[in-house]
Amino acid sequence: MIPSAFDYHAPGTLDEAVGLLERLGDEAKVLSGGQSLLPLLKLRLGDAGHLVDIGRIPGLTGIAEAGGFLRIGGATREADLERSDLIREKYPILLDTAVVIADPLVRNRATVGGNLAHGDPANDHPATMLALEAEVVARGSVGERTIPITRFFTGLFTTALAPAEILTEIRIPVPPPRSGGAYVKLERKVGDYATAATAAQVTLGGQGEIARIGIGLTNAGPTPIKATAAEDYLRGRQPDAAAIAEAARLAAEATSPSADRRGSVEYKRDMARVLTSRALARAVERAGGQ
Amino acid sequence: MATHDVRITVNGEAQEAAVESRLLLVHWLRDVLRLTGTHIGCDTTHCGACTVLLDGEPVKSCTVLAVQADGRDVQTVEGLEQDGALHPLQEGFQQEHGLQCGFCTPGMLMTGRALLERNTDPSEADIREAISGNLCRCTGYVNIVKSIEHAAAKLRESAP
Repeated sequence: MIPSAFDYHAPGTLDEAVGLLERLGDEAKVLSGGQSLLPLLKLRLGDAGHLVDIGRIPGLTGIAEAGGFLRIGGATREADLERSDLIREKYPILLDTAVVIADPLVRNRATVGGNLAHGDPANDHPATMLALEAEVVARGSVGERTIPITRFFTGLFTTALAPAEILTEIRIPVPPPRSGGAYVKLERKVGDYATAATAAQVTLGGQGEIARIGIGLTNAGPTPIKATAAEDYLRGRQPDAAAIAEAARLAAEATSPSADRRGSVEYKRDMARVLTSRALARAVERAGGQ
Repeated sequence: MATHDVRITVNGEAQEAAVESRLLLVHWLRDVLRLTGTHIGCDTTHCGACTVLLDGEPVKSCTVLAVQADGRDVQTVEGLEQDGALHPLQEGFQQEHGLQCGFCTPGMLMTGRALLERNTDPSEADIREAISGNLCRCTGYVNIVKSIEHAAAKLRESAP
């Protein structure tokens, strides 16, 4: 399949890239790893007069802790996340997430920033970033701003990014001691979008109670969902089986999936419940609880 | 229609070309360079028949623009054989009956090559994970795994 004609631009700096996006307006799309955008253009589900490739701009990749945040460059490849010692040792929830995105070949090209900026509720990083309460750094012509992830996903395939803004970095607060997280996904086969998936991030308090909690749900509605009712319920409680079961029930109530070949609405909601309870149990275990 | 002058190293040889923005890497390899060993299967980023190595990493060349490969190194299945001698992976697929129709084989070989570059002694699980983006619709993978194991053993034997 051949996409409709477009022009390709490979700016060498962020300023140049933002300038191009401003000048080209609505016709331009940002090309990062291209693993969602190019299939859309080939299938002609999307259209672009111009692609602005940010893959040749230095400084947009990297994984490091600094200033109380884990900072992930927007153009960092999923494969780099997967192979990072820091991620493997300290952020298993991000490793859980990276390894279930598409397949290893796609992950050699696909980027973490692209997975968020695409605004697809079926993508996997959004739920994880919601659970981790990340923030996103966006760079436009008037400079840089940070957007809390809770305000980033505004609609189906729509984000808070302005048309001439580029997602340059993801900042995740370094979790305090006695924290743990997990991402659990049900997929029909390798490379499929989630039938349902849940990200959970927990910090335990002095008595073993849940002091901090974040829960994100994938492919459960028109946008990625933060299960706030379940979070509110769990905060301050002991993470026993009954509390986890009730939180999972509340998380499922927050979903509004649509029926498709992956299953009916009822099935997907129930899978959201089951996966939320599994993600919570694993997160608590990783935080050093029972 | 904008074209771009690119310089891409393919199987060790520098190639210069003017490519249209929308030209896919797989189409450039097959239609322009006539390297038709790289196959087009699903054309929707699922099957991996079009796998090539881009700077050593296996990628689906139906989902990379030719212009994105400018300045980079591309290896295709045609580069495996050296001076008439089969690469140990090719020999493995022959010895272990790693193919029936052969359509997925170029992709399997290139993914296998990248795996063995990084891990000379992969477990069966490592191999199955590595090829999880390459679909075969006839052998059922058992012999493909054996073929890659055969190549790994052969490469370890010949390593200094």
